[in-house]
Amino acid sequence: MDIVVCGKIIPASTVTIEIDPATKRMIRKGVAHELDPAAASAVEEALRLMEQVGGTVTLVTMGFNQITIGIRTALAMGATSAVHIFDDALAGSDALATAKALAAAIRKKPFDLIICGTESSDSYSGIVPGQIARLLGVPPVTFANEMAVEGSTLSIKRQSETGYDVVEADLPALVTVTSGINEPRYPQLKGIMSAKRKEILQYSVEDLGLTPDDVGEPGAREKVLEVGRPAQREAGDVVEDDGEGGKRIADFLAEAKVL
Amino acid sequence: MADIIWVYGEVVDEAVTSTTLEMVTKAAEVGTAEVVLLGPAPEGAMELLGQHGASKIYRSPDPVFRDYLTLPAAAVVEALIRQHKPAAVLFASSYGGRDVAAAISASLDCGAITDVADFTLANGTIEAKIPALGASYWNTSTLAHDDVKILLVRPKAFEPASNPRTAAVVEVAAPDDADLCKVRVKGKVAAKAEGPQLDGANVIVSGGRGLAGAENFDMLRELADLLGGAVGATRAVVDSGWVPYSLQIGQTGKTVKPEIYIACGISGAVQHLAGMKDSKLIVAVNKDADAPIFQMCDLGIVGDVFKVIPQLIEEIKARK
Ligand SMILES: Cc1cc2nc3c(=O)[nH]c(=O)nc-3n(C[C@H](O)[C@H](O)[C@H](O)COP(=O)(O)OP(=O)(O)OC[C@H]3O[C@@H](n4cnc5c(N)ncnc54)[C@H](O)[C@@H]3O)c2cc1C
Ligand SMILES: Nc1ncnc2c1ncn2[C@@H]1O[C@H](COP(=O)(O)O)[C@@H](O)[C@H]1O
Repeated sequence: MDIVVCGKIIPASTVTIEIDPATKRMIRKGVAHELDPAAASAVEEALRLMEQVGGTVTLVTMGFNQITIGIRTALAMGATSAVHIFDDALAGSDALATAKALAAAIRKKPFDLIICGTESSDSYSGIVPGQIARLLGVPPVTFANEMAVEGSTLSIKRQSETGYDVVEADLPALVTVTSGINEPRYPQLKGIMSAKRKEILQYSVEDLGLTPDDVGEPGAREKVLEVGRPAQREAGDVVEDDGEGGKRIADFLAEAKVL
Repeated sequence: MADIIWVYGEVVDEAVTSTTLEMVTKAAEVGTAEVVLLGPAPEGAMELLGQHGASKIYRSPDPVFRDYLTLPAAAVVEALIRQHKPAAVLFASSYGGRDVAAAISASLDCGAITDVADFTLANGTIEAKIPALGASYWNTSTLAHDDVKILLVRPKAFEPASNPRTAAVVEVAAPDDADLCKVRVKGKVAAKAEGPQLDGANVIVSGGRGLAGAENFDMLRELADLLGGAVGATRAVVDSGWVPYSLQIGQTGKTVKPEIYIACGISGAVQHLAGMKDSKLIVAVNKDADAPIFQMCDLGIVGDVFKVIPQLIEEIKARK
């Protein structure tokens, strides 16, 4: 089975992401990056499936030129190869422009299944996968807490407001997985070594058959007009527990008339 | 003439969702509210939507919309948009709403703004407020084209209110195309509802990793019971399997706005704050004086939850 994983490489969880007031975009240059935990879960799910039925796992990622480290993580986990879409013309892409670039890259090779994270951890629009599915004409099967493939049928437990739904679709399909679906493996030394020899294909906008007007700032439908900081909530009393902390809260609750 | 704003209505657990009613209320305030409601709905649903300001309802009760995900609804809504050209369509940031909005935003090539907390619409221009990066920023975004504006709206962004209209119901045909029946719902399983629901709770007692184990949530349940409230949790705790996902508060969980939020052993990560920072009053108990939660609480106790919370429980019992 040929599995494509769409995953982002994002500022590391130790970084406080800032927005550049001039470009109104997240500051990525010079910031430590890593494989998005949401992407790691998607890679893990793909590897488990490949281990079961054979085939390939290809990571497809779009992002600027300094994200090879995150791509190597996915390869070291066990992904077969990677596709890295990068081009200065992509800067300022919104969700739909991102989906167009990813869909164009995926289309270049036959695939049976696309696995995405329900949302990315930095921008969390949550709509890129549904847009990719629509652009490629494959059914979107979303919010999987558990997934399995039997023959050519994908079946998932889809998170719902009240529990879960059992949902099925025939391959080829696109599935999105939640962060709770698995515990991604850590790359082992052997994987890290072999990752160095694995192929990372690079595509520009032109390679994808797109024009600069389809993507980036010119192609983006969503434009950020303004970025600002929210008014900070004023911190109230913060006190050391002197042995009466519980009572102090009780007084506070009484004052607020909940007691 | 007022802009026509559509709301993609949803029914979950045999009730029109509260986010649907919130969006209808807002749409009727900003323009003329119309609803698209597909699939089986409870009795009185049309009246309920009318009460909240819907002037028109595009309606099909066909079970195809319940039994097959996304594709039938996206096809019908897309065709209706092409035919009637509303100024904007509001979808809830919900499981169903997000999928349908994503499909339509691609097929109409119009894009979408997600995670919308508020918006204005004037002369066809939309300006949406979005809490970005776990609400550490407020962005204002627009959709720079003349097509329909698709917005995905956060739950609880607006207050539902009565604004009675007589909603005209326009029947729409269900699609008759096997190609749209590709994502099949084979069954629905309800998780055992655990304790009082977070939605609408006046008091929420929420626990984080500082609780150290599933069994210690009993202490929070007792406190919540005494205060007539509900128990919530952080993602760290949900991911550890201590409590079910339905209790998760934050960016990828529920958004809550209780009168009082009591955060126990919670550090205050931006993704958690995104779901509770609009609580009226916030109390925090954490043994680390530098925990970010202390920067935004009304009362903070730097101390051990296993000392402070039992004392609070005893104190409440004594005062009752
Ligand atoms: C894309 C994305 C989405 C996310 N969505 C959510 C979300 O929806 N909701 C959410 O909550 N998180 C979410 N997170 C996770 C979030 O970043 C934090 O990891 C999480 O909120 C931390 O939970 P916590 O406060 O329970 O744990 P920790 O950060 O580990 O904090 C535990 C706290 O307990 C305190 N403590 C320990 N022992 C005691 C004691 N005996 N007494 C008192 N205090 C004690 C510690 O000092 C510490 O501050 C998301 C993350 C990402 C990347
Ligand atoms: N730049 C990107 N490169 C690869 N995959 C992406 C990218 N952006 C979004 N995705 C995929 O779409 C999912 C949802 O992302 P988002 O819509 O940003 O929340 C992610 O978990 C990825 O699977």
